[in-house]
Amino acid sequence: MSIVSELVDSRELVLNLVRREVKGKYKATALGQLWSLANPLTAMVIYTVVFAFIFRIQPEPGDPSGLDVFAVWLLCALLPWTFFTNVVNGGMISFVGNENLVKKVYFPRVALVVSNAIAWLYTWAIEMLVLLVVLLVLGANPLPWIPVVLVAMVFMWLFTTGISMMLSIANVYFRDTHHIMTVVLQLMFYLTPIVYPVSLVAEQSDRIGPLFGSITVLDLYQLNPIGQFVEVFRNLLYDNRWPDLSTSMACVAWGIGTFAVGYWVFKRHEKGLAEAL
Amino acid sequence: MSTPAVVVDNVSKKFRVYHERNQSIKSAVMRRRLSVHDDFWALKNVSLEIPAASTFALVGDNGSGKSTLLKCLAKILYPNSGKITTHGRMAVLLEVGSGFHPELSGRENIFLNASILGMTRKEVERKFDEIVAFSGVEEFIDQPVKNYSSGMYVRLGFSVAINVDPEVLIVDEVLAVGDAAFQEKCAEKFAQFRREGRTVVVVSHSLGQLQNMSDYAAWLEHGELKEVGPADAVIEKYLDSTRAGIRTTEDGNVRWGSGEAVVDAVEVLDPQGRPYEHGVVPTGSGVVLRMQFTAHHRIEHPVFSYVIEAGDGTRLWSVESSEMGYEIDNVDGAGVLELDLPQIPLAAGEYIVGAGISDSETRQQYDYVRSAARLHVAGGAPQESGGYLSLPGRWANSPTCSVGR
Repeated sequence: MSIVSELVDSRELVLNLVRREVKGKYKATALGQLWSLANPLTAMVIYTVVFAFIFRIQPEPGDPSGLDVFAVWLLCALLPWTFFTNVVNGGMISFVGNENLVKKVYFPRVALVVSNAIAWLYTWAIEMLVLLVVLLVLGANPLPWIPVVLVAMVFMWLFTTGISMMLSIANVYFRDTHHIMTVVLQLMFYLTPIVYPVSLVAEQSDRIGPLFGSITVLDLYQLNPIGQFVEVFRNLLYDNRWPDLSTSMACVAWGIGTFAVGYWVFKRHEKGLAEAL
Repeated sequence: MSTPAVVVDNVSKKFRVYHERNQSIKSAVMRRRLSVHDDFWALKNVSLEIPAASTFALVGDNGSGKSTLLKCLAKILYPNSGKITTHGRMAVLLEVGSGFHPELSGRENIFLNASILGMTRKEVERKFDEIVAFSGVEEFIDQPVKNYSSGMYVRLGFSVAINVDPEVLIVDEVLAVGDAAFQEKCAEKFAQFRREGRTVVVVSHSLGQLQNMSDYAAWLEHGELKEVGPADAVIEKYLDSTRAGIRTTEDGNVRWGSGEAVVDAVEVLDPQGRPYEHGVVPTGSGVVLRMQFTAHHRIEHPVFSYVIEAGDGTRLWSVESSEMGYEIDNVDGAGVLELDLPQIPLAAGEYIVGAGISDSETRQQYDYVRSAARLHVAGGAPQESGGYLSLPGRWANSPTCSVGR
């Protein structure tokens, strides 16, 4: 558990870097932190208009919450997704953007990546809080699920930070990474059940039948870890029920596994950073 | 020597010199390899001990590996082989103010920067006033640092770094920050560091400064340790090496050069080519500088040069034959060359004439004699009160302004 001790030792550095990110981002703007809500709200409006009014996608009403509002149903998945992309995009440029710091000062390098992920976690938490209020107003009962949502957020954070550790290193050695990820993230967005329900994929999968052996399109589709996370958040917030055990376990495994692999990759390459930059 | 603060044990560091670096995947795939490179050893088996409570200087030419060694000490680079052991907390001053966020205030940046350098919040709070006072930016401490002048920026960064309270401080060329008053403060702080028994490792191009402040020095050349020991001796040797073939002749004269051609003698003569009476040149009179030289083999297009220095070493004048449009096809064997100076506008005093011979592009110095001749100038009339020059001036009163005489 060297990562734990490393982070505990540099907790003040991490906190100060988080503060730098959070405060620096909206400094000298009139609306300040409120701007962080602008992006998800715009996305919500656009996707609601396009997918609910034009394409007529109708997700199942929340069970047992009974909610039937596309915009809110969308947000339950869109907010974790936005968090993921923000962390990945920010984490990728951790070193390239702080080249001077890395080349001139010794400090635990992992602090840069982790603090970026924590800063976005903070933004995400605010967004989730707003969502929570909306859910309450609409008559859902998300309050008892808050602790479970927090746990799910922790695993989502671990997963995302793990990815971002790998990409931060990759981007130093291969500057193409940044551009590749722009494409990959766009692809991922539509491979994840954010603007449409999984049931639509399941229907098509049944129509096509097994691809090879007993493996269906749906099985392949569900290999996407973000899809699993999104499912969990929707179950907890929109439906107000426990997610499937298998889905929850998948999230736990993805979270811990990715973080461990990410940290391992990171440790293997961090010593060469100053030289490669 | 007491217990060493830093032990560098057989450290080598290799860099890759890329002929082509495929930093994009496309080129990597196309050429089926990541890079074409040569290995370059920036440090080769360097071993040294830096005694605790001493000030240790690293000297060497550009590219000798001293900065690489410093970065290895600072754990920014990692050696390919060998080991570096440091006893005690270390702070590194390679660049000041790195990590400042322009939008944040000076206060916030102090906390941020200090934590990057490894200080805890409590320590920073304790030392906050000291840091601010040292930097001299009190008034602006709650302003975003983007509004700071570059001097303020650097001073604040330096103040944070120097207050980290390290047992080992590593400094690279940052002694030259800020104005004179601030440099004074820094010098004092270093002196205090030394008095408190902390270890300072320093790289600087200002060798005089290093000689004053350091106890020990290491001299690196092409990545290898050439000399290590007491600072005075090592820096002196390094200085000597920077002038090729420098030597002191029997009569105490300093000369250097590769020796293909040598200056045998330089005479100061009057315009008729006769020596001045008692060797005293009246100010304003003409002088002929006659150089006797020997070329040991045929040299094409040599360049002859003269320098006049004041007694305190100030260079007053220098000239090269090529500059004055005087081309010499070649020289071989012994020869005499005269430079006619129609008048010497020097004030009364003792001056030194240096003479040299070099190749056509003045890249290679064949010979240079620091004090080839002395020029003793006697004052004339009217009397002038001081300085190096004699400019025979005349006072006059303008008709619009009455001066009582």
